[in-house]
Amino acid sequence: MTESVQRAVEAALAAGASDAEAFATEAGEREVRVHGGEVESLTAATQRGIGLRAWIGNRVGFAFGTDLGEAGIAALAGRAAEAARAGDEDEHAGPPTPAGEVPELGGLRDASIDTWSAAQVAEIALTVEREALAFDGRVAGVEQAVYADAAERVSIATSTGIAGGYESSSCYAYTQALAKGEDGTETGLGFDLARGPATLDPAAVGREAAERAVAMIGAGKPESRVCPVVLDPTVAASFVGLIGGGLGADSIQRGRSPFAGRLGEQVGSGALSLDDDGTVADGPASAPFDGEGVARARTPLIAAGTLSSYLYDTYTARRGGARSTGSAGREGYRGLPRVSTSNLVIAPGDLGLDGLLAEAGDGVFVTDVAGLHSGVNPVTGVFSVGASGRAIRAGELAEPVREFTIASDLVSMLGAVRAAGADSRWVPFGGSVSTPPLPIGEMTVAGA
Amino acid sequence: MSDPLIDAAVAERVIARALESGGDFAEVYAERRQGLGMSIDESRVESVQSGAEEGAGVRVVEAGTTYFAHVDGLDPADLERAAAEAASALRGERSEPRALEAVATEPQPIERPPSEVPAERKADLLRELDGRARGEGGEVAQVLASYAEAHREIAVANSEGLFTGDDRTRTRIGVQAVARRGDTVETGAETLGAARGFELLEDDPGAIAAEAAAKALALLDAKPAPAGSMPVVVGGGFGGVLFHEMTGHGLEADHIQKGASVYVGKLGEQVARPLLSAYDDGRMPGEWGSDAIDDEGTPTQKTLVLEEGRLASYLYDRLRAERDGVASTGNGRRESFRHLPIPRMTNTYIAPGEATPEAIIAEVERGFYAASFGGGQVDPATGDFVFGVSEGYLIEAGRVTQPCRGATLIGNCLDALAAIDAVGDDFEMKTGICGKGGQRAPVGTGQGHVRVSAMTVGGTEV
Repeated sequence: MTESVQRAVEAALAAGASDAEAFATEAGEREVRVHGGEVESLTAATQRGIGLRAWIGNRVGFAFGTDLGEAGIAALAGRAAEAARAGDEDEHAGPPTPAGEVPELGGLRDASIDTWSAAQVAEIALTVEREALAFDGRVAGVEQAVYADAAERVSIATSTGIAGGYESSSCYAYTQALAKGEDGTETGLGFDLARGPATLDPAAVGREAAERAVAMIGAGKPESRVCPVVLDPTVAASFVGLIGGGLGADSIQRGRSPFAGRLGEQVGSGALSLDDDGTVADGPASAPFDGEGVARARTPLIAAGTLSSYLYDTYTARRGGARSTGSAGREGYRGLPRVSTSNLVIAPGDLGLDGLLAEAGDGVFVTDVAGLHSGVNPVTGVFSVGASGRAIRAGELAEPVREFTIASDLVSMLGAVRAAGADSRWVPFGGSVSTPPLPIGEMTVAGA
Repeated sequence: MSDPLIDAAVAERVIARALESGGDFAEVYAERRQGLGMSIDESRVESVQSGAEEGAGVRVVEAGTTYFAHVDGLDPADLERAAAEAASALRGERSEPRALEAVATEPQPIERPPSEVPAERKADLLRELDGRARGEGGEVAQVLASYAEAHREIAVANSEGLFTGDDRTRTRIGVQAVARRGDTVETGAETLGAARGFELLEDDPGAIAAEAAAKALALLDAKPAPAGSMPVVVGGGFGGVLFHEMTGHGLEADHIQKGASVYVGKLGEQVARPLLSAYDDGRMPGEWGSDAIDDEGTPTQKTLVLEEGRLASYLYDRLRAERDGVASTGNGRRESFRHLPIPRMTNTYIAPGEATPEAIIAEVERGFYAASFGGGQVDPATGDFVFGVSEGYLIEAGRVTQPCRGATLIGNCLDALAAIDAVGDDFEMKTGICGKGGQRAPVGTGQGHVRVSAMTVGGTEV
């Protein structure tokens, strides 16, 4: 692929581009879905392709394709140049340029990806299901238990002298357990992620799903009120992801973020510190460089409540008179690079969950949210989303509750964070997020 | 098919290869995709992107287990590689496929293939949308509009002798307007899409830009939404996502067969009032969710799912239909050759009723009017759903009054479905992108105004 990206850059220049950048991925993937003790499907796949950006002066166009033969690359270059001609001039448009050393990150690729057979990884999914069923007699089944992994090689080249590549691997397992109560079925999600199957804990995935589903049996609606809310890490991660999105310089520069114009201001409580760290050792999104070949880095975003930086790619850095923070994200070779978070990390605090619940006193512990894609206004930060979880009474978990909404806005919520919990975990929602439980002073709960 | 993506002889060889170590069923799905997208933001045309991909997926089904492999590329060698990979876990005796027999289909007719329209014309269209939205008033601070076209050619061949294909073109524009007054910022969005070519955009496409801007402007006067249970009137068109989430997903046979749907065992039962009938119809001419065949080669059809309140049918792909001993309803869809088919909706709608929208609202003393949604989500197993309201108002003394921001509707499928007590005689279809199992699919949703007698509105005003 190193050769293909170089050829694509040359082809773009031959097609009339003044500058070009080619980004290629080559991946091997597999997935196992099991249900009822049987393998439901087993998928094996290879994927490879190139995404090519061509600049003609201050105009840029993008094309992607899977045909890496000579004619295919020439056609790709032609389409990228044609796309550039269709767009408008933008004085800040331009290719990324080499800037400093990219970090050496060890261990991005786990050897067990290659050595574990299809039968072995199928056993992971089967174990997940088995453990969920064994956890409690009320677990009637799972919707499915899934194991998936991918090993990928990324290559990039630009006409400005960037050239690089790296290999990485990832895998995950999850299941949705179904628990039967008198009034119907409850569901619970369990998941784990790692760089290779050897370090996944399938038994824990099954138990987590079962525990969550069983805990919801008999849930009713909580009464509508304003009260303390504790977000468990899976829910906190979704909100942290939304906040990370609002700190991207593209939404800031275009005035579509509640954090626009607030650099240096207090935007959250002193208990809250948030980094974007594309180099952290166990971060699922860690990589030596971003989608433009710029070194990944650690960027403090919110330090003890104060907004300290936005996230930049090459374009937004030029436009904002800043340096790229290595925050150009891509959805493989098919997508244009866009400002995005890498690993978002909330700094953990001192209190375990029991301590957080005791401080909340009376309120709601939210373990699941739904409707984030339609219930949040990213421009204003106003949100109202569906939720379920447990009531908190006298500082302890009480009856399960469901069919209610929690509503607030992102900035008010950040200001109302009472503390950060002590126990963080990586969550693949909202991007890649490491967060402990977060207690929020108050939020509107709408239920019965 | 005019020019099949793969030769019958090659397809036969690939299917035979896939069955070399056994299997009850094998299929090759070949696809060529081309697309173009662009957007306008800050009155500047940008993000012009063009994609071209081709590849194939081969699956072998043996005793309830599906073995699937996909590759980029359509060379016979690529296809055989996929077949060998799919068969690699099987250890049985060779099975014999039937000889292929070509079945002709009638793709949705396209008058102006978008690929034949110059890119400059599309950029001009975006400028027109930008201008129309900004023309709605000085408080329109930003306009973000997008254009997308996609062309997919597919071919399906299987071991039961089916050899068919489809040629699909979809075109869609969307506009998001941001209105600003002092510190108050509101957004409004509207889309227009169809399984049609550029002819879709010949008849005043700018109207959606004006509508998006008008929504954002109306919300500048909005107050926080109420919180609590009350009657809710849902608007026509994209309001149909109500039925899509509340009922459609729960009728997909994969959820049913796993016991992960509140509609399990309810076929033939009265689950709604007799005023409610609903369909899934993949054959509606030119609609966003329409195709000639599904992604397993089964012709699409009009399926009555709710007949005067009685649950009439589930939605099936081939695999789940076989398991239930019924025929596929033509709902086996896949995002691309990289995905396995699963039961999916096409165009799902509540059939028009007899009440006028005005009368439906006039009967509400105090309630909420969800004129349009941003989207929705359901857990079919529990039946819990949620909808984000993009345009909402209070209803007071039978009249639509105060606009509200930040409302979400929440409830449980069976309760809410049974609580629908009025269906409007107005009717409109809208476009949506539905996500399920990591796959996105274009779906149509539709209805007239519909009233739910009680539903929880999740705002902030307790």
